[in-house]
Amino acid sequence: MASNKELIKNPLNINNPVTVQVLGICSALAVTVKLEPAIVMAISVTFVTALANLIISLLRNTIPSRIRIIVQLIVVSLLVILVDQVLKAFMYQLDKQLSVYVGLIITNCIVMGRLEAFALGNKPLPALLDGIGNGAGYGLILVIVAFIRELFGTGYLFNIQIIPNCFYELGYQNCGFMLNPPMALILIGIIIWVQRSRNRELIEK
Amino acid sequence: MEYLNLFIKSIFIDNMVFAYFLGMCSFLAVSKTVKTSAGLGAAVIFVLLVTVPVNYLLENYILKKGALTWLGDSFANVDLSFLSFIMFIAVIAAIVQLVEMIVERFAPALYGQLGIFLPLIAVNCAIMGASLFMQQRGYQNIGEATVFALGSGIGWFLAIVSMAAIRERISYSNVPEPLRGVGIAFITCGLMAVAFMSFMGIKL
Repeated sequence: MASNKELIKNPLNINNPVTVQVLGICSALAVTVKLEPAIVMAISVTFVTALANLIISLLRNTIPSRIRIIVQLIVVSLLVILVDQVLKAFMYQLDKQLSVYVGLIITNCIVMGRLEAFALGNKPLPALLDGIGNGAGYGLILVIVAFIRELFGTGYLFNIQIIPNCFYELGYQNCGFMLNPPMALILIGIIIWVQRSRNRELIEK
Repeated sequence: MEYLNLFIKSIFIDNMVFAYFLGMCSFLAVSKTVKTSAGLGAAVIFVLLVTVPVNYLLENYILKKGALTWLGDSFANVDLSFLSFIMFIAVIAAIVQLVEMIVERFAPALYGQLGIFLPLIAVNCAIMGASLFMQQRGYQNIGEATVFALGSGIGWFLAIVSMAAIRERISYSNVPEPLRGVGIAFITCGLMAVAFMSFMGIKL
């Protein structure tokens, strides 16, 4: 049984949901053109994973196993509706940018994966921590990818110019290819490469 | 002609996997052999073809603002669109269950092939994503929605089968150790997405 500290720490590195468990890739790639939507997405997913884990863990002894998938889907979609309404009310522009990907948190494999693998068999507190940890691990990858893509693709971060004008005068150019979808895939591939060459026990046979 | 246009567009230009990254999880998990990935691809086409038109009807006759007018004028201002996530996912989960039972009853051979993949499809982002895109893009009639569903399904099928074929070949080559498995799959997928980007400029 992992300690509470490990429940938070492991998903950030050696048991990362995106690079090691390979879950929740869809949205990890699609919202990472800019840093701001990526951060909002990371917070939303952490919120949904943590609370869904907590609720399912509280209900775990009362849910018949035959209908557990649909119960999980209902709990998750209620939480996602909540997130979506809050985003629509307070950050309408950002909600438009995230478009369908907010709704797709429902089918995000991280949420379902953690519910199936952890929340159904553990007490509420560890389940809550596991949810926060995995949400944060997902967020970490999202932020790294978005940071690289926005910085090298546009030269801006949060609408503030980072790469100074004198670079452009010397002939530096933004790498427009960073903003295209394929680059997100290749960047995650490279992150996996770096991570596995540092933690050799993760290497697949 | 418009249908053909939409069909080609949803297969190649708006490819579910390479343009929107939908259904990536099962895409990476299942694309190890061509045979199983063809099975999953067929199941996705099948489920998309059923769920998108049903969700289209749901959206236009129940959820959208003013969609309940057929019940009487007093319902003209009812807007239930905030319920769309939960309704869509409930419809998808129910239809997947139904499709599973029908296939088991009438086509046992197909059921044997699709078997384990059918229940997994309920949580495949491509299915939910297609319904949400249908809602967002506001297709004119149910025909367009069906053609869109068919095109997206075939696009997903093509993507997973070609990916599986490439991965079968990769397993014989000497990949750097830390990249083996998922790492190289991501990079291959990225390069395939570059190839699919060449369809972007096409206007039909």
